Amino acid sequence: MLNGSRRRWGLAASFAAGLALMSPAVAQTPKTLKVTMHADVRTLDPFWTTQTIAGIHGMMVYDTLFSSDGDLKPQPQMVDKWDVSADRKVYTFTLRDGLKFHDGSPVTSKDVVASMNRWGKRDGAGKQLFGYTASLEAKDDKTFVWTLKEPYGLLIESLAKIGTSIPFVMREKEALVDPFKQIEEVVGSGPFAFKKEEWVPGSKTVYEKFAGYVPRKEPPSGHAGGKVVKVDRVEFIWLSDPQTAQAALVAGEIDYLENPQPDFLPILESTPGVKLEQHPAMGTMGIIQLNHLHPPFNNVKARQAMYHLINNADYLNTIAADKKLQKLCYSYFGCGVDMETDAGSEIYRAPPDLKKAEALFKEAGYNGEPITILHATDHQYINPANLVMIQQLRKASFLKLDVQAMDWGSVVSRRAKKEPPAQGGWNIFITGTSVLSSSNPITHVSVGMGCDKAWFGWPCDQKFEDLRKQWAFAQDVDTRKKLAVELSKRAYEQVPYISFAQWVNPVAYRSDKISGVLPVPSVPPMWNIEKK
Amino acid sequence: MTTYILRRLLATIPVMAVVALFVFFLLHLTPGDPAAVIAGDDASPAEVDGIRRKLGLDRPIWEQFGLYVWNLLRGDLGTSIFSNLPVMTLVKQRLEPSLVLAVATLTVAVVLAIPMGVLAAWKARSAIDRVVMGFSVLGFAVPVFLVGYLLIYVFAIQLRWLPVQGYQPLANGIGGTLRSITLPALALGMTYMALIARITRASMLEVLSEDYIRTARAKGVATSSVLLRHALKNAAVPIVTVIGIGFALLISGVVITETVFNIPGLGRLTVDAILKRDYPIIQGLIILFAASKVLVNLLIDISYTLFDPRIRQ
Repeated sequence: MLNGSRRRWGLAASFAAGLALMSPAVAQTPKTLKVTMHADVRTLDPFWTTQTIAGIHGMMVYDTLFSSDGDLKPQPQMVDKWDVSADRKVYTFTLRDGLKFHDGSPVTSKDVVASMNRWGKRDGAGKQLFGYTASLEAKDDKTFVWTLKEPYGLLIESLAKIGTSIPFVMREKEALVDPFKQIEEVVGSGPFAFKKEEWVPGSKTVYEKFAGYVPRKEPPSGHAGGKVVKVDRVEFIWLSDPQTAQAALVAGEIDYLENPQPDFLPILESTPGVKLEQHPAMGTMGIIQLNHLHPPFNNVKARQAMYHLINNADYLNTIAADKKLQKLCYSYFGCGVDMETDAGSEIYRAPPDLKKAEALFKEAGYNGEPITILHATDHQYINPANLVMIQQLRKASFLKLDVQAMDWGSVVSRRAKKEPPAQGGWNIFITGTSVLSSSNPITHVSVGMGCDKAWFGWPCDQKFEDLRKQWAFAQDVDTRKKLAVELSKRAYEQVPYISFAQWVNPVAYRSDKISGVLPVPSVPPMWNIEKK
Repeated sequence: MTTYILRRLLATIPVMAVVALFVFFLLHLTPGDPAAVIAGDDASPAEVDGIRRKLGLDRPIWEQFGLYVWNLLRGDLGTSIFSNLPVMTLVKQRLEPSLVLAVATLTVAVVLAIPMGVLAAWKARSAIDRVVMGFSVLGFAVPVFLVGYLLIYVFAIQLRWLPVQGYQPLANGIGGTLRSITLPALALGMTYMALIARITRASMLEVLSEDYIRTARAKGVATSSVLLRHALKNAAVPIVTVIGIGFALLISGVVITETVFNIPGLGRLTVDAILKRDYPIIQGLIILFAASKVLVNLLIDISYTLFDPRIRQ
C-alpha cells in the first residue's frame, strides 16, 4: 500500500517535473503579429516596382538614411550626423554605429552610394535629385559626400520620402543590379528579416525580428525615431476579399487591417476591441485624367469646360458615404498638408453650368466627336467614380461619349498609347493618388506638365514647370507655400487633370490584443507594436 | 485495355499542343501589359517601356512563342514575372490546398447526395422526393459566396467553433486541416450535392423501371439490396461521370470559395495572374488544368469498366 502510494507520488512528481520542463517552451511561444495589408507582397524588389506594397515590404526589411516623423518632417535614421556647405551644394553624411545587414556584414558608404544610384534611376524624386547631382562618393566606410550642381532644396526631403519608391539601402551586391531587373536576394539592414522559405505569393509573407538591429535612441514618431521591435514574427496574411478580411479582424484571427472597405467601417467601429485610426495626411484623391494630345482636350477651353460639368461632392457620397471620411478638397496638393491651397479654384467651386460648358467646348472647336472614356470596372473606387462621371457628362447632351468598359490591367496598358482615340488611344480615364504623394509638387507626378516627359495625358506648360523648379529650390516652407499658391492658380488655368474629392481609409486593429500602433499616412510600420 | 490506355494517352499530345497554341496567342492578343502593372501608377511611360524591354515583351510574338514552346518541351513552365519564382514552385505551394478542398468537398457531396438521390428515387413523387429536389434547387440557386458568408457568420463569428479563413497544411496535423477546410467544403459542397443528388435520382429512376429490378423484387430480395446492389451499381456510370468532372473543376476553378475562405489554391493563383497579366503563370496553369482534365476523363472511362463489364468488351 505504502509502496503503491509512493509509486503514485513518484509518478505525480515526474509528471510535475515534466510539466516544469515543458513550461519554458510554452513561455517561448513566438509572439506573432498577424496583419492584412491593402495588397499582397508579390514583388520583393522595392525599386523594381513603384507599388506601395513593395514599399511596405521594403520598410520591414531595409533601412533608410532619413525618415519622416509623425509630422512628416525629415529626421535622420541611418545617418548619425551631416554637414551642409555654406553654398548648400555639398552634403557630408556620416552613418551611425552598429548598422549591419541580416547576413552580419556591416553597412558601409559603398552600399549607400550604390543603393541611391539604383533608386535614382527609377523614382521620380530620385531622378529629379540626380538631375542636380554633380557626384555622390563614399569617402570612407562611414562617410559619403553628395555634391550638387545647384543648391537643390529637396535633398533631405527626398531621402526621407515615404509612399512609393522609398530610397532604401541595400547591400552593394544587390544595389548594382540593373534597376529594371529584379534582385534575387532580400538581405536588408532593417528591423525585420524576410523569411523567403515561408513566402507564398498570393497568400502569406513572413518576417522575423532581426536580433542584430540597433534602434535609434529617440522615441518613435511616424517612420522616424527608434525602430524597437516588440514581437518575434510578423505575418502578412493576404485576404483579397474585403468581407472576409473584416470578419477575420472581428473574430480576432488577424490583429491589424490596413485598408478596411468603407462599407464595413460602421461594423468595425461597433465591434468591441477594434479601433480605427487615421493620420491627418492620410487619404486618397481622385483624378480625372484628360489626354492633352488629342481633341477636344488638347484645347485648354475644353479642359476648363469640364469644371462646369463635374460636381466634386457627388464622388464623395459614392465612394465614402461616411461623412467622417470625406473631405471636399479643392487643393491640387491635397488637404490637411503644408501645401494645401485652393487658389484659382473658383471656376470649379461654382455649381455645374451646362451652358458655360457648352460655350467653352464650342470655343475649343468641339464638333460632336466621340470622347473615349476608359472605364475600369474592377476597381474599388475607380468603378463608382467612373459611373458618377459618366452620369454627370451625360447631362451634357452636346457631348458624344464612347465609354469602353475594361479591367484595370487593360486601362494601365491602354493609357500609355499616344495614338488618337479612334486608333486605340483615349480621352479620359480615372485614377487616384495618395495625399502624401500629391502634397509635394515634385513627387506629385500627375500634376507635372513636362510635355513628353509628363505622366499619361502628357500635359505641357513651361510656366508651370518653371514654378515647380522654383519650388524645388526653395529653402524654407514659407517660400514653398507661396509658390504652391502660384502653382495652384496655374494648374486651375491649364487643367492638367480634374481632381475630385479626398477620402480617408483608416486602419483598423485589435486594440485589445495589440498596442503601440504608430499613426502614419502610408506604409504602416510594424515596429513598436506590442502583442498583449 | 493497355492498348486502349496508351492510345488515349497518345491522343492527349495534339490536344495539349492546341491548348498551348491557343492559350499563348489568346493571352498575348488580349489587352493588358504586365510592365505597366509592375511600374505602378506613378511611373512614366519611359519607365514602362524600360521594364517591357527587360521582360522581353518587346520581342516579336513568334520569337516569344518559340521560346515558350522550347521551355515547355523541356518541362519548364517558366518564371513568374512578378514574384520571380518558378511557376512549378507556385503550383506546388497551391496544389495541396486545392486537392484537399476538392477531396473534402466531394466527400461531403457524395456522402450526403447519393443517399439523398437514392431515397428520392425510391420514394419518387412523395414528400421526401419533393424535399430532396427542393434542396437540390436551392443548392443550385444560392450563390456559393452567400452560403460561405452565412457559414462564416454562424460558425466562425457567432459560435466561434471554426476559423473564418485560412488553410492549415496537413504537415501541421490533420485536425487543423479539417478545421480549416470544413466551412469551405460545406459551402462548395452544396452545389455539388445538388448536382449529384439530381443525377443519382434520375439515373436510379431509370434503372428502377428495368425488368431485372422487378424480377429481383419478385424473388423477394430485400429492398436495401435491390436499391444498393442491383440498382445503384447499374446507375453508377452517369454518377461517376459527374463526380469525375466535378473533381477536375474543383481543382481548377473554385476561385470564389478560395477567395471567401482565403484558401491559397490554384483557382486564386490563376485569377490573380490574369488580373496582373503574369503570362508564364497563366500559360503554365492552363496547360496543367488541361492535362488534369484529360487525365480525369481517362480515369472516368476506365472506371466505367468496373461498373459495366459490357464496356470492357
